[in-house]
Parts: sequence; structure tokens; C-alpha cells
Amino acid sequence: MRILRFLLQKEFKQIFRNKALLPMIFAMPIMQLLVMPLAADYEVKNINISVVDHNHSSTATQLTKKVIASGYFKLVDYGNSYTQAYQGLETDETDLILEIPAQFEKELLTQNGSKLFIAVNAINGTKANVGAAYLQQIIRQYNQSIRLEMMANNQQMAIPEVDIATANWFNPDLNYRYFMVPGILVVLVTMVGAYMCALNIVKEKELGTIEQINVTPIKKYQFILGKLIPFWVIGVFIFSIGLFGVSYGVYGIVSQGSLLLLYGYMFLYLVALLGLGLLISTYADTQQQAMSIAFFFMMIFMLMSGLFTPIDSMPGWSKAIALSNPVTYFIEVTRMIMLKGSTFSDIKMHFAVITGFAVFFNGWAIINYKKTV
Amino acid sequence: MTYDVTLQNITKTYEKGAIKAVKNVSLQIEKGELFGLIGPDGAGKTSIFRILTTLLLPDEGMANVNGLDVVSDYKEIRKRVGYMPGKFSLYQDLSVEENLKFFATLFDTTIEENYDIIKDIYVQIEPFKTRAAGQLSGGMKQKLALCCAMIHRPSVLFLDEPTTGVDSVSRKEFWNMLKKLKAQGITILVSTPYMDEATLCERIALIQEGEIMSVDTPQNIIDQYPMPLYKVKSDKMSLLLKDLRTLSYVTSAMSFGEFHHITFNSKTDESAQLLEDLKHHEKLECLPTRATVEDCFIHLMQNNVHAE
Repeated sequence: MRILRFLLQKEFKQIFRNKALLPMIFAMPIMQLLVMPLAADYEVKNINISVVDHNHSSTATQLTKKVIASGYFKLVDYGNSYTQAYQGLETDETDLILEIPAQFEKELLTQNGSKLFIAVNAINGTKANVGAAYLQQIIRQYNQSIRLEMMANNQQMAIPEVDIATANWFNPDLNYRYFMVPGILVVLVTMVGAYMCALNIVKEKELGTIEQINVTPIKKYQFILGKLIPFWVIGVFIFSIGLFGVSYGVYGIVSQGSLLLLYGYMFLYLVALLGLGLLISTYADTQQQAMSIAFFFMMIFMLMSGLFTPIDSMPGWSKAIALSNPVTYFIEVTRMIMLKGSTFSDIKMHFAVITGFAVFFNGWAIINYKKTV
Repeated sequence: MTYDVTLQNITKTYEKGAIKAVKNVSLQIEKGELFGLIGPDGAGKTSIFRILTTLLLPDEGMANVNGLDVVSDYKEIRKRVGYMPGKFSLYQDLSVEENLKFFATLFDTTIEENYDIIKDIYVQIEPFKTRAAGQLSGGMKQKLALCCAMIHRPSVLFLDEPTTGVDSVSRKEFWNMLKKLKAQGITILVSTPYMDEATLCERIALIQEGEIMSVDTPQNIIDQYPMPLYKVKSDKMSLLLKDLRTLSYVTSAMSFGEFHHITFNSKTDESAQLLEDLKHHEKLECLPTRATVEDCFIHLMQNNVHAE
């Protein structure tokens, strides 16, 4: 115990003396949580639209006004030449073209319907999709309001129609911050676990200090615990700053579920991720190698964790990767607990999985960590 | 058995046998001896040290330290030996005192308990005890490393090239410290690429390409040098070396500091002939001289090559 205590003391001394690491530990979670949720916003705004109006009727103008008034679109060009508008599409000045035919108003009144043409710049897929969808929605609404007007004029019976009402449960305003912040918290904890732990151990290899330690009677478990515990503590600390300082303090996100449960899961998750860091360190001989390996895993972990894109929409093979990714489970758990207020029985499978990961990574690392190099 | 360290037919290869670092090495080192492993870089010195300090498993052969097997009793050996690697391997960001305390704790002891053994060395670095180890000069780093290697009162001390990269004053000091430690009955195994340090050891082993060429006291090794040796000097040393090598009666000519050391084919003194043949050199001198360990080393090395 005395030896372990001393190892921890030494480790913390080194961490606190590291002029680069310490600010990172404090600044990283705060900066990332402040910047990323604002940027990683799925709401598409400022879609540039060109309207090609061949009709110039009051109905056409009204439609254009409706589109602009929605707040999603920015009118960059209003003219009557499709070719000219298309040039705008080519030079990336505009994202969408709405073409209103010459007979728009007349057809609408006499033939009970007309056709509009939408051209979309699909280079940025998300923007194109979302933009087109918004536009269609606006046009549909407009369509309905005209019909109502005409029906009122004709004094006819209302035509029965199906109206769909949507309720967004657990995040009523579809606030992306609620969705992103818990996810980014997970990313932070993951970085500490995998990167810092792996780099720290490999640094001892690089400097040769591990050699000096290996000729002492120190036990394998003492050395490993001496490395894992400090980063576990730092991980918990970073998570807490993120959760209370930024998530609650700045975004006002209050966890719906039990914090105890959330912390319980995080404790286990950190053990698993530190195991991964330890595993990386047993294979890498230099910090550069460790960094590259950790970076490789981190990229996959981040992009295939359901943080940005839903796992359910992935193809089968990538779904399999996502499901063998520990980050996936923690992101799911934080969202479930913080937004939905899930209880232990809801996430007991997640607990089982992360325990499995912890045993797997640490077990493999310990087997691979040979004291006789 | 009075041997403190023994190696029996130790072989170690790397890269799946492609590189033979240590070839069938056998050695016995007596208790309380100051033993030197002398050889150039890449001779296998560090591999032997790492085997003896249980950091490396030998491919073949047996090795004992303190009567304990390096493979099966590695845990016990680690409690008893002190190892100072060739590369400075202490925590650069911890202070002198913290490093020492750290290693004392790892061996489950304290600085106070064993202060007497490191006192002579530690007092020299004590004024800097709050300074980070990385900020020390080369000589001080070595002293600190030696303190850390001895803080648990080891019975055998392994010092891998302790004087490499240290200035000549510090080197001299370092060897004086080793003599004091030896006086306390500690067995010391030291390696060095510097031939001039060989005479400071009680016994030495000359090692080259993983093989031991000779084991004896430095004096005996020098005495065994088989032929008369001459030193030659002129004002154009590099040209002289070239010319010496063209002479049919000169067996070997080696640059050796201020002089070139040469041997003749026959045991007779051919220096008069040499002075005559090379008279176009100015300030030419040719005098008999005593062999050094380096001469012996080169001689053994060449014989080895010829034998193969």
C-alpha cells in the first residue's frame, strides 16, 4: 500500500508539474463544450435561394415572401431567367432554385393546380436535403392556405384531410445542444482515458525510466494501478467540470435521471477506456506510435458512435462496428439518463457491455504487459 | 562458492536469431570484485547486463547472481541488485531528492536507513537537491543515478557505461567513488568502451561482437602481449600511417593518439631499417613502448578475425 501510495504521489507530482498538460486538463473540457455544441448544429439556416419568377402575379410574390419569411432562406436572386439562376448554382452562390411558371396564378385558379420546379445544389448533401424539405413544407402550407381561401370563396364544404401533429418527446424544442452536450462529455472522458494514459506509460518507455522501475521489486499490479488511478481521477474531474460547469452552468441542462447512476456508469467506462490506453501502451514503443494508434481508434470511436449520425441508419457492417465501440454505449447512456431520465433497469444491458469491455481491454493489456521486456 | 555472478554459455539473439548479440559467454565474478566489461559499442555489453538484471531472458545458458538464477529467481534478484542503465533513466521532472526518495520507497526502504552507503556521493549533489534531475550536469546526473541504484544497499551493482558522455574530471571522480564502494564489499560489474579505464578494474573481460576474447587482470592482459611494440611519430601522421602499412616487415600499424603503434614481423628490432626507409619524413622517431589494454584488444581482435 505504501508503495502504491507513493507511486500515485509521484504521478500526480509529475502531472501538476507538466506545464502543458495541466491547462489542457482544465481548458479542454470547457473549450470543447463551449464551442462544439454550437457548431455541431443540425439546423440548416441561411440557405441561399434564387427565385425565377416567370409569373409576376400577386400569388407568386406572396409565395416568395412566405419562403423568405420562414427564416431558413436568404434570397440572393430574384429574376426571370432560369439560365441566370443556374449560373448562380454553378458558382455556388445559390443552393436552391425555385422556378415559378408563367401561368402559375392562372392555372391555380382555373385548373385547380399548378406546378413549381425546384433545383437543388447537392454538393452539400445535408444542406440540399434539408433545404428542399423545408421548401416543400412551406409550399405545402401555402398550398393549404390557398385552398382554404378558395373554399371559403366558393362556400363549399371543407374537404376532409389528414393532419399530422408531431410531439418531440424528451427534447421538446429539438434543441441540438441537449443532444450534443452529453455526447461531447463522453468524448472528453474518452480522450483522457485512451490518450493521456497511453502517452504517459509510453513516455516512461521512451525515457527508459520503466527499465529502472522494472529492476525494482515493485509488483506488476502496483505499477499498473499507479498509472490507471491518476487518470481515472482526472477523467472523473473533467467529466464533473463538463457536467456541472458547462452543461448545467452554461447550457442549463439538468439531468432528468439519477446523477449517481450516471457517475456509476462513468466510473466503469473510464476503467474500460484506461484499459484501452494501457493496451495501446503495451504495443507502442514511442509516443508517436501511441499517438497514431490512439488517433486511429479515436476517429472510428467518434464517427461511429452515434454522436453525429444515428446508428440505426448505418449499413449492417458499420452498425456492427458501432456496436463493438464502447463510446456508443456511453453516449447512449448519457443521453438516456440526462434527457430521458432512464433508470438502472433501462440500462442494465449497457452496464453489462461496458463491464465486458473493461475486462477485455484490461485483461488483454495485462497479459501483454510483460515485465521482462 | 565465492563467485557472486556467474554466466554459463549465455547466448542471446535478436530479430529471431538474425542478430547474435551474445555468443556463448561464460564468466565468473568474485564477491567484492570490481570487474570491467571492456568492449566497443555493439559488443554485447548491455545485453549481458540486461540478462543479469533480469530485464532480458537469455536464449541459452544459465546465469546466477548472488547464487540466484536470473530466470526463476528474478523477483529475489531484483531486491538485491542495483542497476544503472547506460542511458540516464531517472525522472527528469522530479527533483534530486524526490528521485532518490522514490527509488528508496520502491525498495521498501528510506533514505535515512541507508544514508551511510550513499553519503560520500550524495553530499556532492545535496546542494542541488531541490533541482529537477533533468537540469543537472552530466556528471551530477551520473552521481544521482548511482545514488538511486544504491539506495537499497544492493549486494551487486551493475553499471552500464557509467562514464560515457561525462567529462574527464567527473570520470576520474566516478572511478574513485567506485573504489570506495568496493571497499564496502559490494561486487561491482562495470562496462565501458574506454580502454584507459580498464586498468582501474581488478579484472577485466575484453568483449567483441558478443564473444569474450580474454578475461584476466589488466596487468596480466598487458603482459601477455606477445611481441615488442614500437611507437612511431613524424610531422605528417596520416601519410606516415599509409607508408608504414606499405612496409613488408611491419605486421600492424595503428593510429594511437600522438603516436602510431607498430609491430614487426620478426621479433628482432627493425627500427633502424624503418628509419632508413622512411627518411623522407621529417622529425621521424621510432621507439620501443609498452603495450596498453587497447593494443591487446586490437591484437586479440585481429587474431580472432584471422582465426575465423
